[in-house]
Amino acid sequence: MSTILSVRDLTLRFHTFDGVVHALNGISFDVQAGETLAIVGESGSGKSVTMMSLLHLLPMPPARIARGEALFYTNGTPTDLLKMSRADMHRVRGAQIGYIFQDALSALNPVMTVGRQIGESLVMHLGMDAETARKRAIDLLDDVGIPGARARYRNYPHQFSGGMRQRAMIAIAIACNPRMVIADEPTTALDVTVQAQIVELAKRIQRERGMTVVWITHDLGVVAGIADRVLVMYAGCPVEIAPVDDLYDHPQHPYTRGLLSALPRLDDRSRRDLASIQGAPPDMMASPRHCQFAWRCPYVFDRCWKAVPPYYPAGKGHATQCFYDLENGRPRTDA
Amino acid sequence: MQRYILSRLIQSLLILLGVLLIVFFMLQLTGDPVSLMVSRNASPEQVQRVREEMGFNRPMMVQFADFMTGAVVGDFGMSLRHRQPAMKLILERLPATVELATVALLMAMVIGIPLGLLGGSNPGGFWDTLCRLAGLIGQTIPNFWLALILIVFFSVGLGWFPTFGRETCTVFGIHLPTRSVILPAFALCLFTTGQLVRFTRAAVLEIKNEDYVRTAYSKGIGDRQIYTRHILRNAAIPLISIIGVQFGYLLSGSIYIETIFSWPGIGNLLAEAIGNRDFALVQAIAFFASLTVVILNLLTDIAYGLADPRIRYGD
Ligand SMILES: Nc1ncnc2c1ncn2[C@@H]1O[C@H](COP(=O)(O)OP(=O)(O)OP(=O)(O)O)[C@@H](O)[C@H]1O
Ligand SMILES: [Mg+2]
Repeated sequence: MSTILSVRDLTLRFHTFDGVVHALNGISFDVQAGETLAIVGESGSGKSVTMMSLLHLLPMPPARIARGEALFYTNGTPTDLLKMSRADMHRVRGAQIGYIFQDALSALNPVMTVGRQIGESLVMHLGMDAETARKRAIDLLDDVGIPGARARYRNYPHQFSGGMRQRAMIAIAIACNPRMVIADEPTTALDVTVQAQIVELAKRIQRERGMTVVWITHDLGVVAGIADRVLVMYAGCPVEIAPVDDLYDHPQHPYTRGLLSALPRLDDRSRRDLASIQGAPPDMMASPRHCQFAWRCPYVFDRCWKAVPPYYPAGKGHATQCFYDLENGRPRTDA
Repeated sequence: MQRYILSRLIQSLLILLGVLLIVFFMLQLTGDPVSLMVSRNASPEQVQRVREEMGFNRPMMVQFADFMTGAVVGDFGMSLRHRQPAMKLILERLPATVELATVALLMAMVIGIPLGLLGGSNPGGFWDTLCRLAGLIGQTIPNFWLALILIVFFSVGLGWFPTFGRETCTVFGIHLPTRSVILPAFALCLFTTGQLVRFTRAAVLEIKNEDYVRTAYSKGIGDRQIYTRHILRNAAIPLISIIGVQFGYLLSGSIYIETIFSWPGIGNLLAEAIGNRDFALVQAIAFFASLTVVILNLLTDIAYGLADPRIRYGD
C-alpha cells in the first residue's frame, strides 16, 4: 500500500480576542491509499480542525498554522497542501479530496436546488456542459440511494429528509471521483437506523470506487465497523494510532482505555454502571508543556508533568504518546 | 404560496381600511375644518355657507360613509384650489414621481449593492472603508443640502445639467427621462444607497460564515462564483425587503427634492396643497402614499416568497 497523505507536526492556533487557542499541537499521521482511517476524540479535541486545515477551510484569521506539513501524494509525487496557493487549492478541493460535513441541513445552500449543488463541481472540475452535468447529478443521486432521483434533482434541501440530505451531501463530495474523502461525523445528527444506512452507503461507495476515507467521529461503536486504522485525539494531541482490532484489544493509552471502557457491551452481564473518565479536558489557552491528559490520568507520575510524550511504538503500526507502559504496568524505561 | 399571497392580500386590505379611517379623522382632529379653509375675516354667514357646501354640517357618520364610498372608487372630492378632482391631479403628477423614484432606486442599487459586496468580502480593506463611509454619509447628510451643492456645482458651475424642471423626450409616444432627472435622483438616492450599502455589507459578512459557503469552497468553487452564486443569492432575500420599503418611500414623493428642483411630482403637489390648506388634496395624497406603500409591501412579500424556496414550497 502506498501513502496518500502524510501529516507531520501540524500545529495550529486560533488567535482570538480572548487569547490564543492551541487547537492542534503537533499532529502527525499517515493515510494509506484505499484505507479508512478513523479519527476519534471527544468534542473540541481538534478532529474537524485537523482535516479542515488541510483544505484551507478554516477562517484565517483567526486560524494560523504555526508549523507542520501535509504531503498529498499524486502518482508518488508529494505536494504540501499547507503551502499550496489559492488557485491550486481550488483544483484539489472537490476534485482530489471531497468533504462530507456533519450537519447537512446547514451545509447545503437553502436557495439552490440539490441537483445544481451536485452539478456545480462537475462543471467546475470536469468541464461538463449543463446538460451532461444534470444527467450525471441524477445518476449520483440515484447511486447514493435517493428514490425518484430525476424528480428529486429539482428539490431544495429543505424538501429532503435528514437522511436524504446526508446522502445528497455524500453525492456532492464524491461527484468528481476524488481520491480521498473526508467524512466529518456524517452520522451524528441522524437517528440510529439512518446512521447504519449511511455507514453502509459509505462503505459500498468506498469499495466500488476504491476511495481513501478519513472518517471523523466521536463514536467508537461506529469505528469498529468501518475503519482499518484509528487515530485517537485528545486536546489537540494525537495520543494513539493503531490498527482497529489492535486498538480495541490492546489500547496503549490511558485515554483510549477510558474511552473503550465507557462503551456499552452487549456481552457484559454484570449490571455495573458504564465507566466514565473523571475530570474535564484542559483549557487550550496555554501551549502544552506536558502530557495534556495528566490531569485526568489514573497512571500519572512525575515524568508526565515534565514533557510532552513523543510517539512510542507499541506493536505493528501501533504508536502511543504516553510515558506509561500500560501493557506491562510500569513507566517506560527509555532515556 | 397561494395561501401565503392570499393572507398578505387580506392584511393589505385591512391596513388600507385603517389608513382611510385615519385620513378621515385626521381632518376632524383639527377641530373645525371649515375655519381653516375660509379667510380669517370671513363673516359667520360665509363660514356657514362653506360648511354646507362642503357637507361638514351633516352628521359625522354620514360624512364618514360618504367619504368611504368615494374613497373606494378613488374619489376624494375636489381640490379647493384647483377646482378639479384630487385624484386627477395626483395621477397627472404621478409619472414625474415614478420616473424620479425609479431612477433614484436604480442608482442606489447600482452603487449600493456592489459596494456592500466588495466591502463585506474584505472587511477592513479599502472597499470596506469606502463602504462604511458611504453608509455614514448616506444616513447623515441631508439630501436637500446635497441637492443645493449639486446644483451649484454641476448645473450652475459646470452647466452639465439643467438647474430645475423636468424634461422628457418622447420616442414612439413614450416619455423617456433625460439628463434633467440625474441630479434630483442622485440627491434622492443618497439615503437609500446608504441603507443598501450597510445591509448588503452586513448580509455578506454574515452569510460568508455560513456552513453552506464552506461546503461550496470544499467543492473547489472559485471566489467569484462563491460570491455571485452562493453569497449574493442568499443576501438577496433580506435585500428584497429593504428595496421594497425604500422604493415605497421614494415613490411617496420627496417634498424637499421635488421642491428644490421644481420637479412636477407628487411631493411638489403635496407641498403646494399644504401651503394652500387644500384638505381634499392632502387627504388624497396621504391615502395615495399609503396605497403605494401597501402595494409595494405586497409585491415585496411575493418577491420574497419567490426568492426563498423555503417560503415558496412551504406550508
Ligand atoms: N473559529 C474558531 N475560533 C476559535 N477557536 C476555534 C475555532 N474553531 C475551532 N476552534 C477551537 O478548536 C478546537 C478544536 O475544534 P474542532 O471543531 O476541531 O473539534 P472537534 O474535535 O471536531 O469537535 P466536535 O466533535 O465537537 O466536532 C476547539 O477547542 C475549538 O474551540
Ligand atoms: Mg467537528
